[in-house]
Amino acid sequence: MNIELIIGILNIVLISTTPLVFAGIGELVTEKSGVLNLGLEGLMLVGAVTGFITLVLTGNYFYSLFFSIISGVILSGIFAFLVLNLMTNQIATGLALTIFGIGLSAMLGKKFSGTPIEGLNPYYFITISFLLVFLVSYFLSKTKSGLIVRAVGENHNSAYALGYNVIKTRYMTIIFGGIMSSIAGFYISICYAPMWQEGMTAGRGWIALALVVFATWKPWRLLVGAYIFGGVAIMQMNLQAMGVKLPGQFFNMMPYLATIIVLVFISSNKLRLKLSAPASLNIPFEKNQ
Amino acid sequence: MVYLISIKLRDDYSNFIFYLSPLVAVVLTLFFGSFIFLILDLSPIESFKIFFISPISNSYGISELFVKATPLAIIALGLSYCFKNNIYNIGAEGQLTMGAIFGGGIGLLFNDSTSIFLLPLMILFGAIGGAFWASIPALLKTKFNTNEILTSLMLTYVALFILDYFVVGPWKDPAGYGLPKSMPFPDAGRLPVLFDGLRIHIGVFFAIIICFITHIVYNKTLFGFKLRVSGLSSKASQYAGFKYKNLIFYTFIISGACAGLAGLFEVSGPIGLLYRDISPNYGFTAIIVAFLGRLNPIGIILSSLLIALTYLGAEDAQLFLKIPSAVGFVFQGLVLFFLLGTDFLNKYKVSIS
Repeated sequence: MNIELIIGILNIVLISTTPLVFAGIGELVTEKSGVLNLGLEGLMLVGAVTGFITLVLTGNYFYSLFFSIISGVILSGIFAFLVLNLMTNQIATGLALTIFGIGLSAMLGKKFSGTPIEGLNPYYFITISFLLVFLVSYFLSKTKSGLIVRAVGENHNSAYALGYNVIKTRYMTIIFGGIMSSIAGFYISICYAPMWQEGMTAGRGWIALALVVFATWKPWRLLVGAYIFGGVAIMQMNLQAMGVKLPGQFFNMMPYLATIIVLVFISSNKLRLKLSAPASLNIPFEKNQ
Repeated sequence: MVYLISIKLRDDYSNFIFYLSPLVAVVLTLFFGSFIFLILDLSPIESFKIFFISPISNSYGISELFVKATPLAIIALGLSYCFKNNIYNIGAEGQLTMGAIFGGGIGLLFNDSTSIFLLPLMILFGAIGGAFWASIPALLKTKFNTNEILTSLMLTYVALFILDYFVVGPWKDPAGYGLPKSMPFPDAGRLPVLFDGLRIHIGVFFAIIICFITHIVYNKTLFGFKLRVSGLSSKASQYAGFKYKNLIFYTFIISGACAGLAGLFEVSGPIGLLYRDISPNYGFTAIIVAFLGRLNPIGIILSSLLIALTYLGAEDAQLFLKIPSAVGFVFQGLVLFFLLGTDFLNKYKVSIS
């Protein structure tokens, strides 16, 4: 193996892992505030298709990114309204969002499937993704607002009693998660592919969800985890290309198995509680009870 | 003038509205759906005809409706045990896949068999496969208190990759031109159809029997009572001396076995062999079916027919309206959104003063 090949592989890992970092860091912040959003896959797909259509129609990358983000704000806003104001079941609402997003993106994108576009340089977003992890880490651990987010996620009743606005905080974190997912989608259809195809996120939303747990809700671990997950996938493809006989499926299932192992690890021991999930995760906040 | 919106838990919780809200959700979905058709430059009335009426206007269509509704109903009936108990098994898609692998594997192992016992054995292994896959999140939940939502979801993808491994690897049909599919099951391993020329199969009877049993379990047995109590309050259930962990385990096993059964019915019924995409998201869609049917066995049968219609309508829409069949997912997502939303008005009283 020569040095050029290694650099080539590292480059591909860098390019292919970035959407996981975006979607994962967004979901991390959402979950830190105590909301589990299973709608990532749907959000990413709609973000991808909106960005793509806008680019085809206007030819402007800025508009493309802008409308992609808007789609994320709208969809995650609907999710937030349902789970926060109408106190619906987060699991069911998130699944509805994913199913709806899969359908909506396929419908909207039908006419544009196969339209050639000029892709955007992915390195901007790769750089931003690293910066983002740093900022989120700083925000959650060093700022007052970050502390409020965590307080709301650990015990929303206490946070409410202390005078923090639980609903508003969660609106912010859910919409932040929505924006990050739609940027991940934008990146896939504009920088990574660059094209539009039905269901093109190919389960990355679920991997991002696994990633947050795998990282035990820590931003820097999420970055490392994303590159482990992404690296394993690329390594498997390269090994197969070199003719090594390996069942690739076993590599592909590793992120999921690793996440289950981490989950068991953190939930099996009370001393590891510090590592563990935000205590109010997936519990609806009912103010007037 | 300052308006204050106050939200209070209702004390006059109404069973009537509880069962009415799915209907409201469906009506709202249709209303919104017509907007979507308008945006796509299609006549809403014409589109609705193609979507909801023409697919079931002949015997073939009605048979197909039952073909699609059967797995949805069986899975959703199983899931209702978990959901009633407030346990979120969202990995039915994986349990379905495992059922297809186990049961289908038996069919491939005895692929020259003509025995009448082959099909019952496959059905048994289908249920075992699903139950086995569901027992993993159940054990992790009861032993280590691991979040069952995440583990059952993760295991779904693991199961899909395992199926993929088998159909591109050891079980690939040598005469299949290298396509990722197994050889067909022997005739003895195929699910009998009810009418010649139609695909509707005896799985329908299983769905009805499971519905009937579930109805009795929920209304006439101690087990059903325990489920309801622990669903309302796990603390109360433990205080009453119910073994909550056992309840979690059993409900998981039941729902897994049902999903596995549905998976086996799919591969030994309409499909006839194993390949990658044996299920168009049935395991996830069944969650919608269960909620839409209000976890009530008869409600689930009705909602499974309705959601099955969105699958059929979507296929017709693709053929005649040239819109992707994924439009069915839009309707499924919308109906769940609206159902969850309308529930709010039943649970809480909103007053503006």
